[in-house]
Amino acid sequence: MSSLTSGPLKELGKESYRWERYTRKQRLFRYFAYLAVAVILYWTLSSIDIFWPWVWSAPVEIQDMIRRMIPPNPGALPQIIPALIETINIATIGTVFAVLISLPVAYLGASNVSPNKITLAIARVIIVSSRSIDTLIWALLFVAILGPGPMAGVFAVTFRAIGFLGKLIGESIEEMDWGPIEALQAAGSSRGHIISYAIVPQVLPTFWAVAILRWDINIRESTVLGMVGAGGIGMLFQVAIDLFRWRDVSMVLFSIIVVVLFGEIITSIVRKKLI
Amino acid sequence: MMKQEQPISDTGHYKWKKPSFIQNPWIRYGLYLAVFVYLFYAFSTLSLDIQRVMRGIPRAMQIFSSAIPPNFAARGPLIVTGFIESIQITVVATAAGVLLSIPFGFMAAKNISILPVYVLGRAVIIVSRSLHPIVLGVLFVKAVGFGAFAGVLTLIIYTIGFVGKLIAEAIEEIKFGQIEAIKSTGAGYFTILVYAVFPQILPRLIGLTMYQFDINLRASAVIGLVGAGGIGNTLNSAFGRYDYGTASAILLVMIAVILVVEAISGKLRRFTK
Repeated sequence: MSSLTSGPLKELGKESYRWERYTRKQRLFRYFAYLAVAVILYWTLSSIDIFWPWVWSAPVEIQDMIRRMIPPNPGALPQIIPALIETINIATIGTVFAVLISLPVAYLGASNVSPNKITLAIARVIIVSSRSIDTLIWALLFVAILGPGPMAGVFAVTFRAIGFLGKLIGESIEEMDWGPIEALQAAGSSRGHIISYAIVPQVLPTFWAVAILRWDINIRESTVLGMVGAGGIGMLFQVAIDLFRWRDVSMVLFSIIVVVLFGEIITSIVRKKLI
Repeated sequence: MMKQEQPISDTGHYKWKKPSFIQNPWIRYGLYLAVFVYLFYAFSTLSLDIQRVMRGIPRAMQIFSSAIPPNFAARGPLIVTGFIESIQITVVATAAGVLLSIPFGFMAAKNISILPVYVLGRAVIIVSRSLHPIVLGVLFVKAVGFGAFAGVLTLIIYTIGFVGKLIAEAIEEIKFGQIEAIKSTGAGYFTILVYAVFPQILPRLIGLTMYQFDINLRASAVIGLVGAGGIGNTLNSAFGRYDYGTASAILLVMIAVILVVEAISGKLRRFTK
């Protein structure tokens, strides 16, 4: 540090500065934040309802379970493959339905184009409730209503995805440029023409990106629908677990990973082509 | 797009046509046809039975009529303890998960890691990302028993998959100036990681932690459905008893809690930026 000062050395005693990254206020705030995190963690760890002996024996138990799973049983594949196809079908059809339903919801839920306050509020309620309830809970509901089967799964995926798509597409409608709309209004276009020639082309890239992203997410979510009876690979997983067929379990897990990666690869290819 | 031959109208002017997504008409229509055929096939396998939907509607009405109004009172204390447990699971799992995802993220960053370590790190992240928390939840409930601990383990793995991947991506985008600067002082590998790499990703990491807290809270609400503790347990038993009033009360509180946490974590993330 002293090499940087230009004055004589003896004055350094009083005039020297120490470089500090943060001001005093920032530092105090940081320490406060650290303290808050520590307090929260302490409270949580001391009050959480965990049976600690199980924690200490966990490594042994998990190792034991993994040992039972190796090697995976390829004999389960004839059952697994149709279930995987069903899983992908549920995800795809759910996405298609959700896209169709979410478009009007997004339109009504975008504050700049929604016809009035009431439609805006209705669309917002639909989006929030759809998004906040997990696919699996939707699936529980639809299994109760429609009975077990892939149909309940399709409905669950659809109902969860409407909010996701509606929110993201609605946001892109809110961010769009008003120039083309005003131009069409000046030319005397109808509302339908304004939507199809000024709004749709602006929203289309986001629309495709979001729809593909949701398809990817839906494949992941569809892998568990079967555990509550809503079709797909999840049912085989549940059955294998219940029967303690660990080598079938690991085969199912492996095929879930493969199908999720498959969805991810397709998604990234399509995304590169489209956007 | 410009090279495409423009059709000429009778007045001798070029006619404007919306340019298509895919230039080659064969590929375009082939793709449309393939998508159409696949969708048709997929629909046919699902046996979407309108009659069953029709029969389901009165059942739906029955469920909804018993779900409205939501019944907060009957299981009030259970709902409260369920939510507290969900939040506890989320806190512990987010803290431990983010701490653990730092080494895995470093391992899975191509630019600072050697190949075998990179492959191992990526494999861990891919596996934890591909398995849905419910699947992990079932496995951990089988391995370590019912309750919050299984939930914590589940969400730790889930966090590693998500945060680890994003840390790896953040590291792959870092600037190498700092690394060279620290290296020129004669620092070893781990000193470089701590002083040159880590400070570059720390701001991102803090934002990610809050985002992940939000995600984990949502997930913690459902992993209880398979016995991994939290409000999901309460919800599951409400469904099991056909107690739809309590179930809808839980769902409403869930929506409220998630919205509040989302707002808080969004505020904090903007604040730390």
